[in-house]
Amino acid sequence: MSDELEIPTVESVTGSGVAIRGNDIDTDQIIPARFMKVVTFDGLGEFAFFDQRFDDADNQKDHPLNEPAHQDASVMVVNANFGCGSSREHAPQALMRWGIDAFIGESFAEIFAGNCLALGMPTLEADAETVTAIQEWVEVNPDGDLEIDVAAETVTYGDTTVEVSVDDAQRKALLEGVWDTTALMKANAETVRETAEALPYVENGKRV
Amino acid sequence: MSEGTLYDKVWDRHAVTRLPTGQDQLFVGLHLIHEVTSPQAFGMLRERDLEVAYPDLTHATVDHIVPTSSKDRPYRDDAAEEMMAELEENVRESGIEFSHPETGEQGIVHVIGPEQGLTQPGTTIVCGDSHTSTHGAFGALAFGIGTSQIRDVLATGTVAMEKQQVRKIEVTGDLGDGVEAKDVILEIIRRLGTEGGVGYVYEYAGEAIENMDMEGRMSICNMSIEGGARAGYVNPDETTYAWLEGREEVPEDGAFEERKAYWESIRSDPDAEYDDVVTIDGGALEPVVTWGTTPGQGVGVTEPIPEPEALPAEKVDTARRAQEHMRVEPGDTMEGYEVDVAFLGSCTNARLPDLRRAARIVKGREVDPDVRAMVVPGSQQVKAAAEAEGLDEIFTEAGFDWRGAGCSMCLGMNEDQLEGDEACASSSNRNFVGRQGSKDGRTVLMNPRMVAAAAINGEVTDVRKIKEVALNE
Repeated sequence: MSDELEIPTVESVTGSGVAIRGNDIDTDQIIPARFMKVVTFDGLGEFAFFDQRFDDADNQKDHPLNEPAHQDASVMVVNANFGCGSSREHAPQALMRWGIDAFIGESFAEIFAGNCLALGMPTLEADAETVTAIQEWVEVNPDGDLEIDVAAETVTYGDTTVEVSVDDAQRKALLEGVWDTTALMKANAETVRETAEALPYVENGKRV
Repeated sequence: MSEGTLYDKVWDRHAVTRLPTGQDQLFVGLHLIHEVTSPQAFGMLRERDLEVAYPDLTHATVDHIVPTSSKDRPYRDDAAEEMMAELEENVRESGIEFSHPETGEQGIVHVIGPEQGLTQPGTTIVCGDSHTSTHGAFGALAFGIGTSQIRDVLATGTVAMEKQQVRKIEVTGDLGDGVEAKDVILEIIRRLGTEGGVGYVYEYAGEAIENMDMEGRMSICNMSIEGGARAGYVNPDETTYAWLEGREEVPEDGAFEERKAYWESIRSDPDAEYDDVVTIDGGALEPVVTWGTTPGQGVGVTEPIPEPEALPAEKVDTARRAQEHMRVEPGDTMEGYEVDVAFLGSCTNARLPDLRRAARIVKGREVDPDVRAMVVPGSQQVKAAAEAEGLDEIFTEAGFDWRGAGCSMCLGMNEDQLEGDEACASSSNRNFVGRQGSKDGRTVLMNPRMVAAAAINGEVTDVRKIKEVALNE
């Protein structure tokens, strides 16, 4: 039952990183539309960034996600406007199923960030210089851990700790374990009904 | 923060409560669903033993995967058939109205909502589709959501949202010959950037918007998301009300007048406060086409393609890669860029007036023999209305393929796809690499008349040089 669903808090994420460089990486790149002809999200992981990772004969191309050293990465480090375009949750779902638990980037498209939050995945922001430094470090230290502290809004790698920012609502939702909002909002059903009935275009839950 | 805008007013009317995260829980007046992003949400509901809270405020259509060649079942593509069957089962189980292909009312979700009068001013509209911003053309607060949020809306009739800032974009003056809504929005995105709208809702205003028909306003609001803004809207006015009156889901007679009073009340106040205001001289625009692989990489059709190095630092690398992919040279114009395919369709530009304008270019002319040209009307109703006017004959006589309604080659989820490195003159909204079904495909975004002109000449053409032919409307 929804009321009993345990939603874990996300206070920190620790794991090795993988850098995906470039601005405006859209969700069609992250998961091409032809892989969305499915009725579940299961198995999407192998199609993440498919057209960048494989050529027409399905041979591997040079791509960070193909590198053996990055196979265990759980933090994706990206640049500006990551996840722009389509609202497809298939994009973060594919990355999550590939193994990603958190993102650090210059900026994220709004719907993408919202979808990540709904899956309990932080999207932390930092300026271009900070992000580039992390990307370079990750490329040189594919086995090195990045430690993300959501509450403190910091990322630690090697001997360096840098400040990152997390949207307030996202931070609260992750720390308090309310990023899955279904049960939370369902509990307000009566107030929802009152709000709806006060609208000129709704009557008894129907459009009038 | 903004005050007294349509956004503030509609938000306040629909705000249920403040959540512990600081987000507002917002009531959803219309939840549109389609076959690609909803099945997983229904699956999650089943897992949690939940039911659809407001089935009567939910409406389904099928658009992304439907074949546009034939609606015969089962679909040739097994995956498409499975998705369609799943949607049929989900809406049947939950008692949700479905604009099924058999009803004659199927079409792209952002075409059928307005067409049936489901989309109304002062309402909140969500859909698991980023182009939901389209419905803002009617003064609705409309935005795209992900599948987990679809689960929320199905289960509770609400969505958790943070309030955004409001940027007013004033488009002044009269649009010149050959220039239309599509050019305005491409110009806006070019100037403000693909992420310029993140954190904002766009209010489109000014003479050029006020003088625009509803279909033009829809084209503009549609592409708000390409500029990073999750929602965009136009204040409702007499053009809006006249367009809505008489549509299936719109109240009639006295009730219409009463409703109109509500619609008037949610317009932005004359002294409303905005977080930002941008002005664009609509009179100075020429047809805009894209040269790159993001919708922000646009240029006037007679203007030179920019040198990547002349762009802001953060855009240089993207521009360089885009020019390589598109095989264009800085300094050249897009005019004369050879195309292999012409696609007239999508939720941006596949409504009746779009097809009429394109038909005026096409009439009595022939599609270049090396071009594969297709028209994919936005809905079955658009298709029927176009056929009643004889537009189908104009297009087919010229050599266009006249197809059934759906998203089609905008995103290549059905059989309509680019092949290899084909270049496509497209009236759609995204020129991302791989978007139209081939990772080497090259998409040039433009307005519907420009698509028609490119189909005829086999290359990107300044439509202002082509004489329009009158239709027997």
